[in-house]
Amino acid sequence: MGAITFIKSNKLQSIVDKNPIVRFARSKSPWMFSFGLACCAIEMITAGTSRFDAMERFGMLARASPRQSDVMIVAGWVTSKMAPRVKRLYNQMPEPKYVIAMGECSICGGPWFDSYHVVDGVDKVIPVDVYIPGCPPRPEALLDGIIKLRKMIRNGETNYDKKMRGELNE
Amino acid sequence: MSEILSSLTEKFPDSITNTKVQRKTRIWVTVKIDVLIDVCEYLKNKQDFNHLSSVVGVDYKDRFEVVYHLWSYSKKRQLSLKVPLEKENPKVKTVTKIWRSANWHERETAELFGITFEEHPYPKHLLLADDFEGYPLRKDFKLVEKPWFDKNDASEKQKTD
Amino acid sequence: MMPLRKFEYEEIGEGRLVINLGPQHPSTHGVLRLIAELDGERVKKVLPIIGYLHRGFEKIAENRNYPMIVPLTDRLDYLSAMSNNMVYCQAIEELMNIKISERTEYIRVIVLELQRIASHLASVGFFGNDVGVTFTAMMYTFRERELIINLFETLSGARLTYNYIRIGGLREDLPKGFENNVLQSIDIIEKKVDEYEEFFSENEIFRRRTQGIGVLKLKDAINLGATGPVLRGSGLKSDVRVTDPYTIYDRFDWDIITEKKGDCFARYNIWINEIRQSISIVRQALNGLPKGEINVKIPRVIKPEPGEVYSKIESPRGELAMNVISDGTPKPYRLKIRSPAFCNLSLLPTISEEGLIADLIATLGSIDPVFGEVDR
Repeated sequence: MGAITFIKSNKLQSIVDKNPIVRFARSKSPWMFSFGLACCAIEMITAGTSRFDAMERFGMLARASPRQSDVMIVAGWVTSKMAPRVKRLYNQMPEPKYVIAMGECSICGGPWFDSYHVVDGVDKVIPVDVYIPGCPPRPEALLDGIIKLRKMIRNGETNYDKKMRGELNE
Repeated sequence: MSEILSSLTEKFPDSITNTKVQRKTRIWVTVKIDVLIDVCEYLKNKQDFNHLSSVVGVDYKDRFEVVYHLWSYSKKRQLSLKVPLEKENPKVKTVTKIWRSANWHERETAELFGITFEEHPYPKHLLLADDFEGYPLRKDFKLVEKPWFDKNDASEKQKTD
Repeated sequence: MMPLRKFEYEEIGEGRLVINLGPQHPSTHGVLRLIAELDGERVKKVLPIIGYLHRGFEKIAENRNYPMIVPLTDRLDYLSAMSNNMVYCQAIEELMNIKISERTEYIRVIVLELQRIASHLASVGFFGNDVGVTFTAMMYTFRERELIINLFETLSGARLTYNYIRIGGLREDLPKGFENNVLQSIDIIEKKVDEYEEFFSENEIFRRRTQGIGVLKLKDAINLGATGPVLRGSGLKSDVRVTDPYTIYDRFDWDIITEKKGDCFARYNIWINEIRQSISIVRQALNGLPKGEINVKIPRVIKPEPGEVYSKIESPRGELAMNVISDGTPKPYRLKIRSPAFCNLSLLPTISEEGLIADLIATLGSIDPVFGEVDR
């Protein structure tokens, strides 16, 4: 009985989360779920090709399925027709999960701020860890965002860690 | 150029209301709604206008208008047909049986303006979400700028800094 | 949860399977939802559902002044941003009867043809992804595309959305040494294109995946409104640069590439050969580049007379056109964009019937839709 209640509680999970070796290991190979929607997706793809090569060198493998990935990069504007699907895909990712919002359109709606069909900012749908400004941001800027995310994972400052500590006000 | 116009006015004497020739290869013709299908069939079969470029809907103050832009590959000229519709319940027959490319263009015009295209094979929403209400491109649908920060917050911050 | 559309419930036959290639999928070129009814592995019916990227461009444009719309048009077909700028500025210049200078015309032609080379290189790379050459084709062709993007960065400062062609002229004149850089870059690209053609066309697997797949007959192509490489791949020799000439394309000497078979291999061949023709046009234009001013004097507030105009250009994907109606105010009354990818995508159900499901993906890659333009 006691063993079952111990496993059901979050204690084991929080011990694992605070371990610096576990945090170091998680930060070294975050697998990416590329949710490329629009123009920023082209810069995200270019960041993985031969000139910049910014993805695989830093451990970011592109996976097609949300169930096998850690980081979701939202690149492009989110419309109100697509917003329920974004939420559904985010729910399909296993914990611990992180989100990067790339480009002006996913931060605040961008040039389409007064449109009737665009959700201004993807953080109205899912919680975001790193914002990368630019229209579109250069591949070097995307690389800078990825490195900041890795540092945040190692220090325990992401939204997932805040949720585990109970600090995230939903 | 003028031979197309003269043959059109010969065949349909009362229904051509307004014509204009722009540059040397563009004609604009206004047509009444009751002869639209006959004019389109005449233009496609006899005058060889076999490419429908686009179908445009416009919302004026007193009427709606649907414009069909046609192009002829053999004669290399363009003819634009304007059809004025009434403001209350705008309806027009579909030209999908003549040019199959009108299918998606008419679906888009119908959902954005509220114009009904009769006998269309698949009249469902194309671009908008299925539960969208209203007709966005009409002039009485206003775009609302959503507030992304509270203006009072910024001014208070400036006072304390 | 969006329910499936009605046709599945009414008409599903015996032993048929309905699958959903959802909006997020690694092999569609963006956000496209395909509902396919299969019999084993044969596709019987396909229903494309679009609109996941619709932002109401035409309504937003009615709320902005005429010069404010120029950077917004960059984001329509984001793989060939210069073409979108060009069709809009051409429409406004025709409305206002502005005559632009000779040097601007030549520079615009050079920039448009370089953009065509970059876009076709990207198309070949993405087509290779769909056919099975995953990421290898992209690594090669994107390396050459970077040469052209470097040139554009010296012109305008940006890598993807240039905002270079403006109403009445250009943003600024060519920097020092631009002509030599262009000539060096296109010499490199010319040699590499021969290498890529050998890499793809001599490959047995690529040929068997693309020859005879997705055949489009000429009668269907004209009736369904296809333009660009899709139409020329089925046999009709028609190009907006020749049939409805704009700027100074009639001064240069080049061929229109057509193929007869109408399958995916024919469309891919058109991309490769059009790169060569564009290289020849750029060389001829650089030879005859005159000196002079690039911007003409236009009024401070752009307020065209009431009227309408329909201006067309040949973008890398087909016939791109804009219908602008003005009523004398600084904002347009109606702006309609006729995008080639929208019309080309509407013939996907016709040409993928009775094919395998892997051929559906290859056909979609050879039509090459860009969803910023399809959904607007």
